[in-house]
Amino acid sequence: MGFEGIGASVRRREDVRFLSGKGNYTDDINRPGQLYAFIVRADRPHARIDGIDTAEAEKAPGVVRVFTGADMAAENLGGLPCGWQIHNQDGSPMAEPPHPVLAVGKVRHVGDPVAVVIAETRQEAKNAAELIEIRYTDLPAVASLTDAVAAGAPEVHDGVAGNICYDWVIGDKATVDAVFAKADRVVKLELTNNRLIPNAMEPRAAIGDFDTSSGDFTLYTTSQNPHVIRLLMGAFVLHIPENKLRVVAPDVGGGFGSKIYHYAEEAIVTWAAGKVRRPVKWTAERSESFMSDAHGRDHVSTAEMALDKEGHFLGLRITTLANMGAYLSTFAPCVPTYLYATLLAGVYKTPVIYCNVKAVFTNTVPVDAYRGAGRPEATYLLERLVDVIAHDTGIDKVELRRKNFIPADAFPYQTPVALQYDSGDYQTTLKVALANADWNGFEARRAEAKARGKLRGIGISTYLEACGIAPSAVVGSLGARAGLYEVANIRVHPTGSVTVFTGTHSHGQGHETTLAQLVVDQLGVPLSQVEVVHGDTAKIPFGMGTYGSRSLAVGGSAMVKAMDKIIAKGKKIAAHLMEASVQDIEFKDGSFRVAGTDKAKALHEISLAAYVPHNYPIEELEPGLDETAFYDPKNFTFPGGCHIAEVEIDPETGVVEMVNFTAVDDVGRVVNPMIVEGQVQGGVAQGIGQALLESALYDPHGQLLSGSYMDYTMPRANDIPAMSVATENTMCTHNPLGSKGCGEVGAIGSPPAVINAVVDALKDHGVRHLDMPATAPKLWSIIQAAQPRLAAE
Amino acid sequence: MPQVTLTVNGRQHTVDVEGRTLLVELLREKLGLTGTHVGCDTSQCGACVVHVNGESVKSCTMLALQADGDSVTTIEGLAAADGTLHPMQEMFREHHALQCGFCTPGMVMTAIDLVNAHPSGLTEKEIREGLEGNLCRCTGYHNIVKAIAAAHPLMHAKAAE
Ligand code: FES
Ligand code: FES
Repeated sequence: MGFEGIGASVRRREDVRFLSGKGNYTDDINRPGQLYAFIVRADRPHARIDGIDTAEAEKAPGVVRVFTGADMAAENLGGLPCGWQIHNQDGSPMAEPPHPVLAVGKVRHVGDPVAVVIAETRQEAKNAAELIEIRYTDLPAVASLTDAVAAGAPEVHDGVAGNICYDWVIGDKATVDAVFAKADRVVKLELTNNRLIPNAMEPRAAIGDFDTSSGDFTLYTTSQNPHVIRLLMGAFVLHIPENKLRVVAPDVGGGFGSKIYHYAEEAIVTWAAGKVRRPVKWTAERSESFMSDAHGRDHVSTAEMALDKEGHFLGLRITTLANMGAYLSTFAPCVPTYLYATLLAGVYKTPVIYCNVKAVFTNTVPVDAYRGAGRPEATYLLERLVDVIAHDTGIDKVELRRKNFIPADAFPYQTPVALQYDSGDYQTTLKVALANADWNGFEARRAEAKARGKLRGIGISTYLEACGIAPSAVVGSLGARAGLYEVANIRVHPTGSVTVFTGTHSHGQGHETTLAQLVVDQLGVPLSQVEVVHGDTAKIPFGMGTYGSRSLAVGGSAMVKAMDKIIAKGKKIAAHLMEASVQDIEFKDGSFRVAGTDKAKALHEISLAAYVPHNYPIEELEPGLDETAFYDPKNFTFPGGCHIAEVEIDPETGVVEMVNFTAVDDVGRVVNPMIVEGQVQGGVAQGIGQALLESALYDPHGQLLSGSYMDYTMPRANDIPAMSVATENTMCTHNPLGSKGCGEVGAIGSPPAVINAVVDALKDHGVRHLDMPATAPKLWSIIQAAQPRLAAE
Repeated sequence: MPQVTLTVNGRQHTVDVEGRTLLVELLREKLGLTGTHVGCDTSQCGACVVHVNGESVKSCTMLALQADGDSVTTIEGLAAADGTLHPMQEMFREHHALQCGFCTPGMVMTAIDLVNAHPSGLTEKEIREGLEGNLCRCTGYHNIVKAIAAAHPLMHAKAAE
């Protein structure tokens, strides 16, 4: 066996399964006697439901039952709960209107579930759904943030005045205003963060199963966090106690946040399975995904920086409108607050910051965390603003960043927006990225491109994020209705092989490999003797799942703690077997050794003694070698780094070609470099998608215009360049692994780098800023409009 | 109900299908070959790509009845009987060209056809263009492109044996 521990690019153990077609995704599962659910969804953004006639559908071939919101309401089922409560600046709690599983009274967005048909086959359910007659009275609707907050705008929820979910602030306005009043210069930028649709390649699916003999429910679902779903659905929606409800999230085909939330369909199939006493399966068609998966981003902001004469940042003042959609998705309220505004210091020592966020209801699909969640919005705002400051002041954009960086010797560093960073070295990541991207050679490349008739630009982003989510008491004080620790159970079997039961969930991250590497490292067991189990509430202890780049920093730390307990117990057993004192036992490379002697017992000898306790300190020690640990992080972790994008624009067409992309990230300790690179590459591709291609568009009345892959531009292989990805790491100081997290850095750091490059390419065209996505028609118009002026010069 | 007879991964099957049954539905639901995935309803993601008579086809765009008499290979049929992976599968693993694995079966099937169609070699640009019909949300394509480039010489060396 080669080196398989921390730091080895071990090839993934899950791959053979996926490469052979042996993956077990939710839609691959079929239960005996299974029925199919088809969900009838609102085809209009806002309407009163005057009546639903299901009589014809109920008589259609194959149909078993049809349910509507009234059926669920009759059983006093709960609505879909929201997991985070934000308070307004006046101290009152946010508006939290009900979110019925199936619409009651009104529909509020295109895609809102109204009824469900349960039938013998998928096709029969779908055919019958066409026979359901819903009588609506259309109501005026709002889709955009600016329309929703305009005076006299239609109200999405009765009694939520002005469609404001909350009006929240961080920082002291008077202090910040005073700094602005005395500043030498103020630079202002208005910008939007475009709405995105996550589009994990596996559409969501759910199967409800009901055991008629035991009365137990099982839900198979495409989830990033099965225990969270069990708690939310069992306790708040269906009133099923945990012991009667099992949630299985098997292989999941990508999540990116969109599979964190408790969705209506999960409750529908579980409840319906109990009603019809047969398993019920639902699989989203992609067009349903577009109108029912939580969307991401969608901010409109105004940002102002106060500066002194040399370009030092003195104060930052921001107002943001954030779209919540029609209902509050599970974690939606925390995204534009504690995952956004607390990041507005970025890598800079800006001394005072004020941010006001108004979260707004609209007649659109709910918006929640999507890869990066709040942090891409903060980073985009800051890194665009810094480039615009460079543009307006004439200060070199790299120099401007350097002079405002938090220095490497300033950690721990308390920002003015609540977070305390533990470690980082922004000058180093910047320096290495500039070298890797050949920043200094750029002007020659620009000239060469110009000779070919192309406009070439380079853009930089020096970003920071907060992940490893999160200290429970801290998030609790900020409104979380959950703890955010993680759990691991390490089971050393009698012959010394190991099974890890983790509360985290892998849906592409490769945990079956990386988490096993931690065991190799700490217990000295070969990889082939380690198994990682996740995704089934019947097997794993109560853990919070995977999002916010937390699996290694929090879940891995729980494993380290549990393995510490294994070693501590093993030492006692070893001391007994070798007749030595516990203090003299050392554990190294899989062996317990009496210090200074050649007496040793391997882990498997200790585990055998633990399970066959014939010669065993049975008075003081329980048999077995099986330990569980919960780890509650002491702080967030703070990955950061530098991304550099290089683009070429064809002035004839406006098409942007990504020619180079360089990432240098600080993600703390790296367990598997190959997997880290892959995570960064994938995140960067999503960031490039946001910057150049993707946009979830609604017409002013709330019809979703980008509702399929014909209209929503996904990045394809040809849109993404070969990337240079490297890490320059400083260690996280407060978790035992030193790891920070790498899942989101790509999507956080890259969008402003790309837009900064596009703006740089167009610098002769009078462009100071442009909004994402930088599509060809948009750029072509800008280039065309500038032609007369350029010709005249 | 009409019947279709086809060979899938070397085994002949005769199956009752409805006229509108898609090839992918036949594979997944009638034959239990769930390695072939469905990622969209507009024939754009490529998660469903299989080989029909040796050429890559989006099995969501073909009726099962149209495959009558055809020979179909799915991701389950690529590895040798003893489990030895096809060189393309092996290179995907070696170069970390998959994360969640959902796009992977379609990617691998497309990639094999692409390499077969270009015996004299493939540039990076040709590979990227060849993946036009396949979406991956996880990998950023970088490692998929690397894996295909690496599989090319292995596949053609094997073919020359
Ligand atoms: S399922 Fe998407 S192309 Fe066939
Ligand atoms: S590996 Fe997840 S979509 Fe490609």
